[in-house]
Amino acid sequence: MLDLTYEAPKPKVISGAKEDWELVIGLEVHAQVASNAKLFSGASTTFGAEPNSNVAFVDAAMPGMLPVINEYCVAQAVKTGLGLKAGINLRSAFDRKNYFYPDLPQGYQISQLYHPIVGEGEVIVDMGPGIARRVRIERIHIEQDAGKSIHDLDPTMSFVDLNRTGVALMEIVSRPDIRGPEEAAAYVGKLRQIMRYLGTCDGNMQNGNLRADVNVSICRPGDYEKYQATGDFGHLGTRCEIKNMNSMRFIQQAIEYEARRQIAIVEDGGKVVQETRLYDPDKGETRSMRSKEEAHDYRYFPCPDLLPLEIEQAWVDDIAASMPELPDAKKARFVGDYGMTEYDANVLTAEVENAAFFEEVAKGRDGKQAANWVINELFGRLNKEGLTVETTPVSAAQLGGMLDLIAKGDISGKMAKDLFELLWTTEKGGDPAEVAAKHGMKQVTDTGAIEAAVDEVIAANPAQVEKAKANPKLAGWFVGQVLKATGGKANPAAVNELVAKKLGL
Amino acid sequence: MTKLNELTIAAARDMLRKGEVTSAELTEACLSAIDGAGALNAFVHKTPEIARDRAAAADQRIKAGEAPAMCGIPVGIKDLFCTRGVPSQAASNILKGFKPEYESTVSQQLVDAGAVMLGKLNMDEFAMGSSNETSCYGNAVNPWRRGNDDAALTPGGSSGGSASAVAADLCLGATGTDTGGSIRQPAAFTGITGIKPTYGRCSRWGIVAFASSLDQAGPMTKDVRDAAIMLGAMCGHDPKDSTSADLPVPDFEAALTGDIRGKKIGIPREYRMDGMPDEIEKLWADGTAMLKDAGAEIVDISLPHTKYALPAYYVVAPAEASSNLARYDGVRYGHRAKLGQGDGITEMYEKTRAEGFGHEVQRRVMIGTYVLSAGFYDAYYNRARKVRALIKRDFETVFADGIDAILTPATPSAAFGLGEMAEADPIAMYLNDVFTVTVNLAGLPGVAVPTGLDRQGLPLGLQLIGRPWEEGALLNHAYVLERAAGFVARPAKWW
Repeated sequence: MLDLTYEAPKPKVISGAKEDWELVIGLEVHAQVASNAKLFSGASTTFGAEPNSNVAFVDAAMPGMLPVINEYCVAQAVKTGLGLKAGINLRSAFDRKNYFYPDLPQGYQISQLYHPIVGEGEVIVDMGPGIARRVRIERIHIEQDAGKSIHDLDPTMSFVDLNRTGVALMEIVSRPDIRGPEEAAAYVGKLRQIMRYLGTCDGNMQNGNLRADVNVSICRPGDYEKYQATGDFGHLGTRCEIKNMNSMRFIQQAIEYEARRQIAIVEDGGKVVQETRLYDPDKGETRSMRSKEEAHDYRYFPCPDLLPLEIEQAWVDDIAASMPELPDAKKARFVGDYGMTEYDANVLTAEVENAAFFEEVAKGRDGKQAANWVINELFGRLNKEGLTVETTPVSAAQLGGMLDLIAKGDISGKMAKDLFELLWTTEKGGDPAEVAAKHGMKQVTDTGAIEAAVDEVIAANPAQVEKAKANPKLAGWFVGQVLKATGGKANPAAVNELVAKKLGL
Repeated sequence: MTKLNELTIAAARDMLRKGEVTSAELTEACLSAIDGAGALNAFVHKTPEIARDRAAAADQRIKAGEAPAMCGIPVGIKDLFCTRGVPSQAASNILKGFKPEYESTVSQQLVDAGAVMLGKLNMDEFAMGSSNETSCYGNAVNPWRRGNDDAALTPGGSSGGSASAVAADLCLGATGTDTGGSIRQPAAFTGITGIKPTYGRCSRWGIVAFASSLDQAGPMTKDVRDAAIMLGAMCGHDPKDSTSADLPVPDFEAALTGDIRGKKIGIPREYRMDGMPDEIEKLWADGTAMLKDAGAEIVDISLPHTKYALPAYYVVAPAEASSNLARYDGVRYGHRAKLGQGDGITEMYEKTRAEGFGHEVQRRVMIGTYVLSAGFYDAYYNRARKVRALIKRDFETVFADGIDAILTPATPSAAFGLGEMAEADPIAMYLNDVFTVTVNLAGLPGVAVPTGLDRQGLPLGLQLIGRPWEEGALLNHAYVLERAAGFVARPAKWW
């Protein structure tokens, strides 16, 4: 794999009333494991099912029911860990996190506090061509999701839907390496992209399948570097945790608001209180959910219903061997193999399906040109019409066929655009060569014919010829005239060449 | 002639196979004995219809010549086991009216073997207690009495209903569960045999959890052979319980050779407690002599961490219980308190659990919550875990030194009077478990066998502790002890 080299982005600086401040951010991302069955039961994980229809006895915590680990979910977590270049712990264990809530039927969540399945890893968060933040991953553990409490269906009663109860989550914990709201959103975006490549989480934030808790603190410029040098958190400010955000936009807004709130407190001579906060997107502000004193005592202890989870290196190796190419590697390869810009490579690798589409178009063709067409014409049009590469009217094969016509000089770029339009609309599914022929799209490459046209234009415009000889830039006028005279079918490159020659430029 | 309900499982099995008796007849004999034994309060839910249906089915199977050992044998099931469509309340008000839609693995295996369920048996609430007095149904009563004294005695706990029912011949055998001695102590108090198998031998699936790392099901029977037969039907690997061992189930009955020549029996010096009654001392010495006479070698051994077992147990068990019982919150099933104006979810939890749980359960939930709390976790729970590991190592060491089984008293006393401990410190009640909890902490098999009577005519039992997964060998030692002791006393019927 070809590694691209990056420079770290500048940390975001917020000017307070008195001085400048930097941000220090760490995230806990909860990603729903893509799996048909729950972490400890065979119940379905289908979204949007009838309330309380995807509930096994163990999910409802019926007396005497016991959890049994779903091996597929473990494999998915391992795959995710490998995708984040993390160490896999061959021995991990489950703990119970105890608290009371109606959507938590057992009265505890089975999680992994003491011995997570995945250890330290890292994520390269792209912040623009040549710029990226390296965010260290502290750990990933697997745990059960809770159900859903519904308080707005009845004035006096609350309702509980246990469909989500027991669904497998991966909690991905970062180090406090993120230095601004945009980086935080980009970090979540990168995790999402990697997991979608891996097929370990669908990344659907709207359905709550990807949520983030964000830890935010502020510090004076220079303090973060002291923390980095010593590992001493004392150099950083007191952090607040903003819980459960499921939109990139809200994550950025919440961090921005929270940082300014903390700056105002500190500049006023106050102290930031460590607490858990919630972001209210309607008001655009965070508010206190519970203070450190009110924090739950979760009484973690090893879950006695489950033996320690032991996996074998060979099993991990099999998973590693089945890993797809990941975004960073693909991007580097696109830049290297196709000679495209990092920017274009970023666009093309954003979604694995897009990258695959591009590669089908580019196979055996000019990669740069393929990239231009895919990004500018195809993606532009798809975006405009709310379509995706899965629903595109013009297939990769058709687009490739079109590029072949251009490469052979059969059609001009201008014709290709018209041809693309036809394939998109009235000639759906048609063979590009046949459609071009049918609509008389044929570029004139016969130099004899072009020469005659050039001669004709030169002969008819002696005054212009004199001017062009004095100022060669005016040759373009002749080219335009020739193209016009040939109905746009003359190969522009050939016309250029002949005009220059005939005018003696 | 022995009445049908007084038969052992082995005798009944043989008669069933020979066609000398039908399961229907055995079942009717037991049902009528149960109806006449209301004073024992052993059965808390009778299931005569299920019993008669299963007996008829068993008779068909026997006729067809396809009869596993337990086929047609009437048994009682401890209320801790979930039984489909039948109240399963763990003797707690918080599970009032709860009828599961599933059958515990152990009781299902008994059903599959053709056993006939007569009903559900009394117990301490959530299996927390040593006297059956914490049951929401009121205590079961020991069929034994002291001499001519009419005072009602405890059958022990928590499997007190099972012990009372087997000792009083209301059924041929019963299921029990044992977290700290809940099979062995009541067995000893009622003159029957009870074995707690190795942790992981029986599936815990469908058994209401008390302390998951300690709970094990086991049979309570009239003799050792019956224990071997019934255990064989109850145990085996269950993929639904992650802690269930994937090991083959040997023929435990076949292990009862009566030959223990050359076996090494360990006598742990730390089990000689201060103030141990002479009668218990003598019982233990007699048992030791019996095994020696049978050709075993008696070895003085040390299990140095024994004295820490009880405190460690009373940290680990309540800690797990506090978490296991969190699900009884009034939200989905069982009891829910009536709420007042303005009451919210917190009040619902508090009132429901205050009303639904008895005092002992509340005490243990509070102890467990405390020992797991931030700041106390290391001092209590973690330390108890370390002690547990040391206790386990004590046993591993003596077994590695060639000890085949360990002989100890089963209980520090004979059955005590109901209500006698009402004013006592709860710790005094917890001392009942002093000889039994080590076995649970170490996950080992342990069996209680009656070997004598105290001077008031109450049964006393000895405990044998075996190597992990060697229940067959353990039961063989118990079988030798049983034959040598020749324990034949029966409680005089007063109920």
